[in-house]
Amino acid sequence: MSENKDRKPLLKIEDLHVSFMTYAGRVQAVRGVSLSMEKGEILAVVGESGCGKSVTAQTILQLNPSPPSVIEGGKIELEGRDLIKCSESEMRKVRGREISMIFQDPMTSLNPTARVGNQIMEGILKHQKVSRKQAYDRAVEMLRLVGLSNPEQRMRQYPHEFSGGMRQRAMIAMALVCDPKILIADEPTTALDVTIQSQIVDLMLELREKLKTGILIITHDMGVVADIADRVAVMYAGMIVESGDVQEIFYHPKHPYTWGLLDSIPKPGTGRTDRLVPIDGTPPDLIYPPKGCPFAARCDYCMKICHERMPEITDAAGGHQVRCWLQHEYAPKVENRYTTGEGGEDHAAGSHRA
Amino acid sequence: MTKYVIKRLLIAILTLWIILTATFVLMKSIPGDPFANEKMILPEIRANMEAKYGLDKPLIEQYVIYMNNLLHGDFGVSFKYKNRSVNSIIETGFPVSCALGLSACFIGLVLGVVFGILAAIKRGKWPDYLVIFISILGVSVPAFVFASLFQYFFAAKLKWFPVSGWGTLATMVLPALALGFRMVAYIARMMRTSMLDVLSQDYIKTAKAKGLTQLEIITKHTIRNAIMPIVTVSGSMIASTMVGSFIVENIFNVPGMGKYLVNAVKDSDYTMIMGMTAFYAIIMILMMFLVDIVYMLVDPRVKMD
Repeated sequence: MSENKDRKPLLKIEDLHVSFMTYAGRVQAVRGVSLSMEKGEILAVVGESGCGKSVTAQTILQLNPSPPSVIEGGKIELEGRDLIKCSESEMRKVRGREISMIFQDPMTSLNPTARVGNQIMEGILKHQKVSRKQAYDRAVEMLRLVGLSNPEQRMRQYPHEFSGGMRQRAMIAMALVCDPKILIADEPTTALDVTIQSQIVDLMLELREKLKTGILIITHDMGVVADIADRVAVMYAGMIVESGDVQEIFYHPKHPYTWGLLDSIPKPGTGRTDRLVPIDGTPPDLIYPPKGCPFAARCDYCMKICHERMPEITDAAGGHQVRCWLQHEYAPKVENRYTTGEGGEDHAAGSHRA
Repeated sequence: MTKYVIKRLLIAILTLWIILTATFVLMKSIPGDPFANEKMILPEIRANMEAKYGLDKPLIEQYVIYMNNLLHGDFGVSFKYKNRSVNSIIETGFPVSCALGLSACFIGLVLGVVFGILAAIKRGKWPDYLVIFISILGVSVPAFVFASLFQYFFAAKLKWFPVSGWGTLATMVLPALALGFRMVAYIARMMRTSMLDVLSQDYIKTAKAKGLTQLEIITKHTIRNAIMPIVTVSGSMIASTMVGSFIVENIFNVPGMGKYLVNAVKDSDYTMIMGMTAFYAIIMILMMFLVDIVYMLVDPRVKMD
């Protein structure tokens, strides 16, 4: 995906801040996230649990319950229109029609007492002026497109008659039925077993080709990222710490947190028997975030300045952006297998498709 | 379907038999007998009376005779109400208690569900607090207090309804309200909790992500899922209300069957105790069966087998 400065990005998030007001205090879940996404692009946001990736995704559609969540600043622009300024009724026209969303657990994301067909048709009838018959035909067509056999029969069934993979397919059909510009997939494969995971990943790639839908995928599975993403944003403690093309992130990662993430995934088929290396420590408390780099306390390459000042986002070699003091011109040059270009091949081999 | 109904029927008969046998044993083990209240009774007269009612026979024989009569639909003759069979008492009392009980249940279920939904939607705002207040009031204050208060304000002071009696629609209003109030409180609290539980489910988020309005989410995706616990409790609730309330029927002088079971135990009126228990058990078993059918209609995951 080459950058084109003249064109407006499909989705542009700028300096987004979201907090949750809890009894313990103000949890700053998202602290200045900026992302942009082109038409038909697949952007992956990765990070460990609690890093704010889901909150960011749900804030795009304003699905976080408020209270306790508060959008404290920033912009979310869909083709230049700021969604944060939209009223609730304007947002309802965006949800499902321009931006759709699927969730982590397909077992609980469908209403157990409504027929799958009705749940799919609901979105069409809501957003498009069509008859029930037309909506029905469209829903059947979508079920066929996501690879469910006997779609007419599936329409009449209830979610409990579907397997996990089928339900996630139905969820995708439901999300794409109004032909949205963006599909937000919040950990779409996490609750599925591995064979079904790769089927769902393949399905999303196939649908992107057919429908030209932009996909924002939230995950903590680097294997899925390697399979599906065009670009990757690595999130930590409510901030993007590194972003760039998928090749760049896997072959030339620059941020110590990204190194840690890549070290902690299994690499089957490479013949390596070394133990997985976890990242020591826990993420910082986001009620009292550190004033310096949030990763400093867990970082093997931490310097004095890391604890004192927040690093700026800098453009690194290979067209990607990093928030790390190691990128500073006075910083010592760190030598490891990622900076010497040795590490990347392993991770490419570690993906599902290897 | 037929197989299921037959299976349920057999289980029902077994249940009924166990209940009746247990009641018979317990009843006979209580000290005293139907004639214990008669004063200065001569032993000869007592023996004659016992012989007349068959109480001189061995317990096992009494049990067999009673069960045999019951099989033929005969609950026997009351010891206390002279010349009245238990069947005739049920026949006159039950329609009254049933009408009163069902209207109380109607008030309880409809208002309870509506209040519960409102409280859940307006969580943390004044309608929620109002419903919580009504719930606590209704659950903690006994029915006779409401019955007396209603009687005082709506009948004695405002004269909107008759103080007591039975026969017209107007006489039914106050006792039904007094009986239903507790139910409103109980159901509202339960519905509120259930609604809040469903509203936090993932599929509600899915519905919101589709662009549905709050009202559509509530009506299409929430209520049907949230009503299940209400269906569960309503069976036994309706059954116990249908067979009459001792207190409310007494206060409003309603000629229902609520007083009979309580009085029968007090008087050791053997046939009456057995008859009332059998009747209550049958109503309860029927309601449970009905609840299971409603379950299947509401939740497609529930299947008959």
